[in-house]
Amino acid sequence: MDNHSELKARIKKMIVENLMLQMTEAEISDEQPLFGPEGIGLDSVDALQLVVGLDKNFGLKIPNPAAAKVVLRNVNTMAEAVVKEGKP
Amino acid sequence: MADQRVILITGGNGGLGRATARMFLEESPNNFVWLGVRTRREAADKLAAEFSDRCRCVELEAAEPEAWQKTVGEILKVNNRLDVLVNNAGQHQDVLLAQMPLDAWRDVLDANLHSVFNGCQAVLPTMISQHRGRIVNIASLSALLAPPGQTNYAAAKAGVVALTQSLAKEVARIGITVNAVCPGYVDTGAFDDMSAEERKLTLARIPMRRFGRPEEVAAAVKFLASAQASYVTGSAIKVDGGIL
Repeated sequence: MDNHSELKARIKKMIVENLMLQMTEAEISDEQPLFGPEGIGLDSVDALQLVVGLDKNFGLKIPNPAAAKVVLRNVNTMAEAVVKEGKP
Repeated sequence: MADQRVILITGGNGGLGRATARMFLEESPNNFVWLGVRTRREAADKLAAEFSDRCRCVELEAAEPEAWQKTVGEILKVNNRLDVLVNNAGQHQDVLLAQMPLDAWRDVLDANLHSVFNGCQAVLPTMISQHRGRIVNIASLSALLAPPGQTNYAAAKAGVVALTQSLAKEVARIGITVNAVCPGYVDTGAFDDMSAEERKLTLARIPMRRFGRPEEVAAAVKFLASAQASYVTGSAIKVDGGIL
């Protein structure tokens, strides 16, 4: 597993554990939307928890809801943001 | 410390803040209490000295968001956690609305409502990452009675109750509870200047015919912050001797 794949695996683990989802990490694909009708069913409270989780676990500070909307689109966008501005 | 509970109480120099702090300090030797203080802090310092190993004062201008970031940062540096926030700081400037200076409106909203918003926003990231937290907001019976001469205070405290109920729903599934306490006439020394006639008239309005003691309000706060209150959120508990 390369570094980027390993990072995405850690992000999926955080999503499942922090949100106490009734699904496994393997059931979340990298590009699958997290929110909306095509997504895995997350809502604004989940988003709040992910923002806190990304800061705590990956040092990524998301300054406002608009930025959160971009970063939290899917696992790929989260990983890209962590690589760019966090501590992967 | 495995079972340590870290508690921050704003308005730590006042009678209610100190009574609440003392109740937590006496509840368990594992409780660590921070007292948020502003310009006056003599009484809070005295309490902190009495429990010097687990009670500290911290300067906190609750109406300023930046001050909250600093305070929460300091607490996390020492304790690495924050379990309970009691938003107790507040003030009132009673005057009829028609004569109310704009500053009296703004100051009272800042001290009683914006401070609660700031406090909740500052502690939530920590409580969310802990998946656990208790927030208790001290509102007032004025939020429910809306007496004349208190449009600013009553509006601010009614805002605190609404904020409490709304935030409780937002964070309920994360393991954080948010509740309010609405004290009536509580004797924190503020009634010392009342004339005998005023005192008599006020007591006549209270079915229990006496003022509340700070410890009686603190007991409600302690309950709402306890494990026993795990299914209580979004509530506003009156502690008023039966007025309403």
